[in-house]
Amino acid sequence: MKRTRFVFSGSGGQGVITAGIILAEAAVIHEGMNATQTQSYGAAARGGSTRSDVIISNQPIYYPEVNQANILVCLTQEAYINYSSTIRPGGLVLTDSRFVKTTKKVDARQIEVPMYDMVMEKIKKPIVFNICMLGALLGITEFVRPTSLMKVIKATVPKDFIELNQNAFELGMELGALYNE
Amino acid sequence: MTDNINSNSVNDNNGIKPNNINNGIKANNIKFIQGNEACVEGALYAGVDFFAGYPITPSTEIAELLSKKLPEKGGKFIQMEDEIASMCAIIGASLTGHKVMTATSGPGFSLKQEALGYACMAEIPCVIVNVQRGGPSTGNPTHVSQGDINQARWGTHGDHAIIALTASNHQDVFEVTVDAFNLAETYRTPVILLFDEVVGHMREKLIIPEKGELPIVDRLRTSVRKGVDYHPYLPREDGRLPMSDFGAEHRYNVTGLFHDMWGFPSNNPQVVRELLHHLVDKIENNVHTITRYKEHYLEGADYILISYGSSARSAIHMAKNRRERGEKVGVLELQSIWPFPEVMVREKCANAKAVIVVEMNMGQVMREVKACVDNPSKVFLANRIDNKLINPTNIKTLLRIIQGRGV
Repeated sequence: MKRTRFVFSGSGGQGVITAGIILAEAAVIHEGMNATQTQSYGAAARGGSTRSDVIISNQPIYYPEVNQANILVCLTQEAYINYSSTIRPGGLVLTDSRFVKTTKKVDARQIEVPMYDMVMEKIKKPIVFNICMLGALLGITEFVRPTSLMKVIKATVPKDFIELNQNAFELGMELGALYNE
Repeated sequence: MTDNINSNSVNDNNGIKPNNINNGIKANNIKFIQGNEACVEGALYAGVDFFAGYPITPSTEIAELLSKKLPEKGGKFIQMEDEIASMCAIIGASLTGHKVMTATSGPGFSLKQEALGYACMAEIPCVIVNVQRGGPSTGNPTHVSQGDINQARWGTHGDHAIIALTASNHQDVFEVTVDAFNLAETYRTPVILLFDEVVGHMREKLIIPEKGELPIVDRLRTSVRKGVDYHPYLPREDGRLPMSDFGAEHRYNVTGLFHDMWGFPSNNPQVVRELLHHLVDKIENNVHTITRYKEHYLEGADYILISYGSSARSAIHMAKNRRERGEKVGVLELQSIWPFPEVMVREKCANAKAVIVVEMNMGQVMREVKACVDNPSKVFLANRIDNKLINPTNIKTLLRIIQGRGV
C-alpha cells in the first residue's frame, strides 16, 4: 500500500482519536505495515475540536503530521469548515450527514453517510459512532482488512462491549459498501 | 555498548524492513504505542525497579504506566509530593542497590537540578527523563519544544560532566533508554533522557527485543567482604568505583561536599582538585564511547542537516525527498547531546558546503556545532519556536535561501 494520510476530525468525545489509533494499530500489528498517529492535544477532555493524524505506509514514516490528507473524515461542521480545503486533490472526504452540511466545492470525492442516525436507529448507543465510521471507511475502500480491524477492537474494548462494537462496525461496512467503486 | 548505526544510503529504512516487516517476530513483541510507553518498555528491559515521580504533561504516561507495571514485577512506584522529593527518592533508592528512574518535563526538571548536582557529586547512578515542552516556566504544557538542551548541561551549578541522550523514533527511544541505564551504571552518573512532546505522545511501531539482544550493564558491587574496610570513592584501575548497597554490609558516608575516598567531607586542596578532575574526566575522556548518532543519506552530502529528536524526523523526510531529486543533502542525527560529540561532528561536516542545525529552540545545539566545526560561518539554524513541530517545508525554505535559489 502506498503512503496514505488520514485526518480524523470532530469534537471531543466522538471518538475520532480512538478511531485513528485503532486503524493505525490494525495496519501495524496485523498487516505488517508502518503507521504513525499523532493528535492535537488541548486541555479539554470533552467538547472543542479534536483531530487525529494517521499515516499508513509500507515504507518508513518520518514527518508524522498530515498537511494534505488523502482521506479526511469530518464529524462536525466546524471540522469540515476547518479542514475540507486541505484535502489532497483526488482524495476522499467522508462526513456524517446529520452533523455536516457539505458546502464547499472541493477537488475530492465527497461522501455523506447517515452514520450517526443509523447507529441511533439500529444500535441505540452513540458511543459506537466512531466504530461505525471506521466500518463505513473500510466499506468504501479496504485500507486494512476488516478482520484486522476487528482483532484490534476485540483486544481494545471491554469484553461486554465487543458485540456492540462488532454490530456498529458491520453496520458501517454496509453503509460504506454503497459507495464502493 | 552498541556501535553507531550507520544507514547512509538512499535505501535508508531506519531499521525497519519494508513489506512483510513483521515476519519472524513474535506477535506479542510488536507494539503500537506512544513514545512515553516505549521509554517505559526500555526501562523495564534495562531492569528498572524503582520509580519516584510527580506526573507532569507531556511525560505523564511514563509515571502512569510504571505505576501499573512496576508493582507487577515486584518493583516500587512512589508518587511523591513534588519533583524535588522524587529526585531525592531515586538517589536514595539507587544507593541501596536499585536501578532507578524519574520522569518529568521542563518545570519539574528545573526543580530537580539541585539534587541532580548531588547525584553528580556523590556519583549515584540514576536516569532522569525530561519530555520537553514549551518553556520557560510552565510555558506550553501540551506542545513541543527542545528548549532544555542547555539546562540538561548546566542546570545544576558548578563544574561537572553529564550524559544526555535523545531519540527520534520509538525503536531508538527504547534503545537509548536501555543505554541510559547502562551508562549510568558504568560511569556512576545521572543520565538525562531528553525527549520531546511529539516523540512522547506520537504512536508508532515498537518491536521489543528478546531478552539478551541488547546488552545490560548491572550494578558493579564491591568484592570487599563484610567487616573489611570499604572505600566507596576509591576508583579501581579502570576508573570505575564498585558500590556497596547502602545499609547492607558496609558503613560509609555520602555527601554533596567534596569528599575523600571514605566519603567524608574534605577541603584539602588536592582532594578537591582530584575529585573534580575525576568527575569531569570519567565522562569527557570517554566521549567517543558515549557518542551515539545515525547517518541518513550522509555520504558525499554537500548540505548536512544536524538534528535530533522529533525535528530529526522532518530533517530526514526533507533529505530523502532532496536525494530522490538528485540533491546531495544528508542528515547527521545526534542521539547523544552531552558530552557533545565535537570531534565526530567536525569530521562529518569537514566537506560540507553548509551545515544546517534543525532544532526547536533558538540555537542551543547550533552554538555547539559552530564551536566545533572548522568554519563556523557555514553553520545555519533552521528552527521553530512556536511550539509546533518544524516541518520539512520550513527546512527546505532555508536550504533554498542558502543555496541562493530563493524560496
